[in-house]
Amino acid sequence: MSIMLWSCLHFPDLSLQLLMRAASIRMPMIISSGGNRPLVLSCNSIARKAGVNAGMSLSAAIALCPDLQAHARDASAERSAMERIAGWAGQFTPVVSLDGPDSVLLEIAGSLALFSGLHALPVRMSAGLAELGYTAAIATAPTPSAARLLARAGMSVAIDESARLQRVLRNLPLALLDQPEPVIQALDFMGVRTVGACLELPREGLARRFGQGLLDELDRALGHLPDPRQPYRPPAHYHARLVLPAPVEPLLFVAHRLLVELSGHLRMQGSGLTRLELTLHHAKRAATLVQIGCSTPTRDPRRMLRLLRERLAHLELPADVEAIQIDGKESRPLASHDLSLFPEDILPEEERWSIIDHLRARLGAEAVYGITCHADHRPERASRPCEPGTASRQTRQERRPLWLLDPPHRLREQEDRLLLEAPLVLHSGPERIEGGWWDGAGVTRDYFVASDDQGRQLWIYRERRGGRGWFLQGIFG
Amino acid sequence: MSALDQALENPAIWRGSQYAKVMVESIPTGFAELDASLPGRGWPRAALTELLVGQPGIGELRLLAPALADLSRNDRWLVLVAPPYAPHAPAFESLGIDLSRLIVVATRSAAETLWAAERCLRSSACSAVVAWPGPVQERAWRRLQLAAEQGKGLSVVFSPIRCATQPSPAPLRIQLSPARSRLTLHILKRRGGGWAAPLTLDVGPRPAVPGAPQRGRAAALPAPLITGSSRLPSIFQDIG
Repeated sequence: MSIMLWSCLHFPDLSLQLLMRAASIRMPMIISSGGNRPLVLSCNSIARKAGVNAGMSLSAAIALCPDLQAHARDASAERSAMERIAGWAGQFTPVVSLDGPDSVLLEIAGSLALFSGLHALPVRMSAGLAELGYTAAIATAPTPSAARLLARAGMSVAIDESARLQRVLRNLPLALLDQPEPVIQALDFMGVRTVGACLELPREGLARRFGQGLLDELDRALGHLPDPRQPYRPPAHYHARLVLPAPVEPLLFVAHRLLVELSGHLRMQGSGLTRLELTLHHAKRAATLVQIGCSTPTRDPRRMLRLLRERLAHLELPADVEAIQIDGKESRPLASHDLSLFPEDILPEEERWSIIDHLRARLGAEAVYGITCHADHRPERASRPCEPGTASRQTRQERRPLWLLDPPHRLREQEDRLLLEAPLVLHSGPERIEGGWWDGAGVTRDYFVASDDQGRQLWIYRERRGGRGWFLQGIFG
Repeated sequence: MSALDQALENPAIWRGSQYAKVMVESIPTGFAELDASLPGRGWPRAALTELLVGQPGIGELRLLAPALADLSRNDRWLVLVAPPYAPHAPAFESLGIDLSRLIVVATRSAAETLWAAERCLRSSACSAVVAWPGPVQERAWRRLQLAAEQGKGLSVVFSPIRCATQPSPAPLRIQLSPARSRLTLHILKRRGGGWAAPLTLDVGPRPAVPGAPQRGRAAALPAPLITGSSRLPSIFQDIG
């Protein structure tokens, strides 16, 4: 069996991070406990600078820092945030596993070649997480338990040989282990504070006194015991909701964080979105729903953000937004461009259609169209708007004006001259065009090519039925 | 070739009647005479071309047609932003333009036109952008020029002829005027400088109307126009 390598992404103060990633400006924030006398559980650096500390009462903290944003912990939001991080991490490896309430494990041995190595990959993951709005300690080791211990210790290291792992693990404090508090305390009382010191003790005595669990945990970390992990399977559709710490947050800033996450999720699935739904939740009103459609599947967060920006710019919100939610509604398989042979020569389909989507999002769907020939003798029906990119059937190659006036402009007749603004001069004609008797919009017209005093070449006709008269219908351009 | 001519071939020597030989990426216009007067021998890529026209319809689009037809062979879009009238598909097709590459963007205001033009110019998905924004303010011009530099396609803006005296950052400015059935081009500005003599081009076959002869001219003479007059009305005198 080839050697495995695990990276652990550990998120310290996760509840606080969830709040901070939805905030575009730095402000003092804390997580408080519930109950009659709420306490500060954790605080960010700005709050700390104002004198707030974990463990003090909420009222004391507010006295020190009046504009403090205090929020309670939301365990289910934390759990779903970790699941979405796991889904996002799926772009780096197919083996992702949730570990405890605040860590994600990735088996990366097979991905190192693609992501240029043991040291480049954590840097890349860390940059990706920063874009999502998270800070994590990322540690890599041959066993998942060791990676977790190192990450919990805040050590961003990458270790791929067991001798070095042994050395580093020995120096870690025992308090990082997943053991009950009394066990750690009892060992501490005995003067055993590091993993190394604990491993010096006779195994039988240790097992008798503190249970097999302690030994097993250490053995798994060192690779003496197998440590299978349950892989995380993301749901087919991405769904994320982010509560805003203050109701004035720029929506796009927050949406971007979620779109990047969604993009990683799609990359893992090898798919792209064709429909996206953004829901803006208000305090006392019905939520505002924004739907975005893409002509070709995409997982480019910039493209999705561009489309959202256009829609949001023209949206009037009935109230402040408390939370935003993004749902990937429809997706289709999308191959990876990373492997294409000549990436710069080929215009990706996605790029080809993103411009159409962007124009339509701003100007309306009907404002952007292609044109196609239609087999009809009546000029006004020989050309029709169509979806961009529609192939046209080859029709007769007659000389026709490039521009058509719709409706045709009636020409004035004065004595024996035709006037637009000045008299027109006829050059050729007539060409008789008849048609449409079958659909009730029949025409019988004689067409002439004329020019005016400004040098324009015009296509005019004389209606021979019904409301006779001369009309200007086309300009040769 | 005389020794003097040889000496003057040196690219470091600039003569008043020449434009400097500058390296410009370009797209052949399809008119040899015009290519010869343009730096880079064609419509510049990644730079704005401003065409000044009094009235739309004098042949200005047929001037662009060979380049547009060429560009429609690749898989990028040709975009018409806010054209003055509805484009007529059969005519575009008969100029050799692949209609499945052509898109039309209709706008409701000058601001929308400028926005759409800028967006399309910037996109690598557009091989040509032709826009009719009307008079453009200096700042908007700069934005368009920057966008054109980014997108690297053919970028043409039609301006009213009264803007000829106003400054524009477009590296190529040509004033178009009708000359009978032909088109006269005055190059107002080009990269490398130098004055160019006005050119008169035949921008394509005159619009002939096939199918007319077999019906006969007399049968279809517009009756109200000739009543009471034995002579052929002046409108039938062909100036061609």
